[in-house]
Amino acid sequence: MFNTQHIADLLTELTKKELSIRYKNMVFGYLWSIASPLAYAFIYFFVFQVVLKIPQPNYALFLIAGLYPWQWISNSLGQAPTNFVSNSSLIKKTQFPRFLIPLVTVIQDSLHFLFTIPILILFAIYFNVPPSADWIWKVPLIFGAQFLFVYSLHLLIATLTLFFRDIERFVQIFVTVAFYLTPVLYSETMIPERYQNLIPLNPFATLLINWKHTFLGIDLDWGLVGFSYLWSLFFFVVAHWIYKKLSWRFAEIM
Amino acid sequence: MSIAVQFSNVSKHYPYYHHLSGGLKHFLFNFPKYLREIRKQKFTALESISFTIKKGESVAIIGKNGSGKSTTLGMIAGVLKPNNGDVMVNGRVSPLLELGGGFHPELTGAENIRLNGVLLGLSRKQVAEKFEQIVAFSELGQFIDHPIRTYSSGMMARLAFSVVANLNPEILLIDEILAVGDAGFQKKCLEKMKSYKTQGVTIILVTHSAHDVQFLCDRCIWIDNHKIRADGPTSEVLPEYTKFFGS
Ligand SMILES: Nc1ncnc2c1ncn2[C@@H]1O[C@H](COP(=O)(O)OP(=O)(O)OP(=O)(O)O)[C@@H](O)[C@H]1O
Ligand SMILES: [Mg+2]
Repeated sequence: MFNTQHIADLLTELTKKELSIRYKNMVFGYLWSIASPLAYAFIYFFVFQVVLKIPQPNYALFLIAGLYPWQWISNSLGQAPTNFVSNSSLIKKTQFPRFLIPLVTVIQDSLHFLFTIPILILFAIYFNVPPSADWIWKVPLIFGAQFLFVYSLHLLIATLTLFFRDIERFVQIFVTVAFYLTPVLYSETMIPERYQNLIPLNPFATLLINWKHTFLGIDLDWGLVGFSYLWSLFFFVVAHWIYKKLSWRFAEIM
Repeated sequence: MSIAVQFSNVSKHYPYYHHLSGGLKHFLFNFPKYLREIRKQKFTALESISFTIKKGESVAIIGKNGSGKSTTLGMIAGVLKPNNGDVMVNGRVSPLLELGGGFHPELTGAENIRLNGVLLGLSRKQVAEKFEQIVAFSELGQFIDHPIRTYSSGMMARLAFSVVANLNPEILLIDEILAVGDAGFQKKCLEKMKSYKTQGVTIILVTHSAHDVQFLCDRCIWIDNHKIRADGPTSEVLPEYTKFFGS
């Protein structure tokens, strides 16, 4: 019953559902995903460049190179705690692979991210670090790691929240903390020497540094790319293991 | 004749999940006590029940409120798993388990038809082919383009039944939802099911209406006190059941 064709049909219908529920107006949704990081970038630029005079060249470009990928992470994780609950009427009464619901959400957020890349290109040209041909393979490479990571973490949070409702409140704090502990607003080279070894332990940091290297025309650090994939695979295995143990109970606890 | 549904010594327990809403902190700091609580405080909804339903049979599951009828259908539909025993289902199940089940309240009736059809295991193409037929059967007219959170109970039942009934069901599960339809629609549904019955579709009906049971079902399974109290021809089980309530 659940062959590939049927999974594709389910993905299509669930995506259409998401689109009509979340983005009553598609154009507006897209403009929003472009504008909101720009607005944040403006605030951070004022605080850190104008007031605090952070020694970072091309700081505006630097900011949006981090804020767009981060928006994907925070949007996807922010929805995770309520994602199964808000689809409870479907889950309670029909049998279909439940992980498709997180998958659809993350696919959509990832597409929104891809649609912001033209804006990044404009900025890069303006700041005289024009996109290189490398982007063709670098962007998909880092995209793959981040997709796997965000999807896995989303699935994990969504699953556990059904059993521990208070996780919802932790997630908000967790995403904020992760944001400041990750080199989005600052560069990883500014992190004091004695904390440098800790960078690979933060999966958000490994991803964000890779994105910045890509968008700012710096050579990739293959060690960090490796760590990104390790983290993604690790979370993928853990999330699916827990999901497999618990998914049969979703219908009865909702 | 081949088998459509078979339960072998099936038990279903519900833990008292409200402990879990005590939260993560409670869970982490009281872990051993917590596990003991969960183990001890489970509720047995069904205890070692067994029955076999053959292809093409039409069976009513009857019993008082909270006896475990919906739980039984949930296991046939595959949304609930038994804690013990085996549930075997042979064929595509078309469940109508609860008003609004399988539908998203924010979507319109039309959007829900497409989504629900695919969730029920059909392809998008199959649903598209039957779309007009479903809309016509539901008699919802212009309301088909309204979000279903604005529907009345009867309109919801119309939509749900129309989807399930027009997508070539193999095993039809119906849990009470017809009761909210008006007399005209109830009659239309019963006629539709009757015609499916003659075509050899397996029908499993949960209802509190003796009339519907008599009209449609040849066999009754009476669940009482978490066990099967009687299982046999409607002509034998139904009078016994109504007498039980009459006294
Ligand atoms: N998700 C659940 N969690 C905990 N207990 C449940 C759950 N679902 C059902 N129960 C319990 O299991 C028992 C059987 O419920 P069920 O819904 O199967 O009854 P029913 O026969 O369909 O009743 P009704 O005629 O009222 O629809 C009830 O006592 C109910 O409290
Ligand atoms: Mg019930």
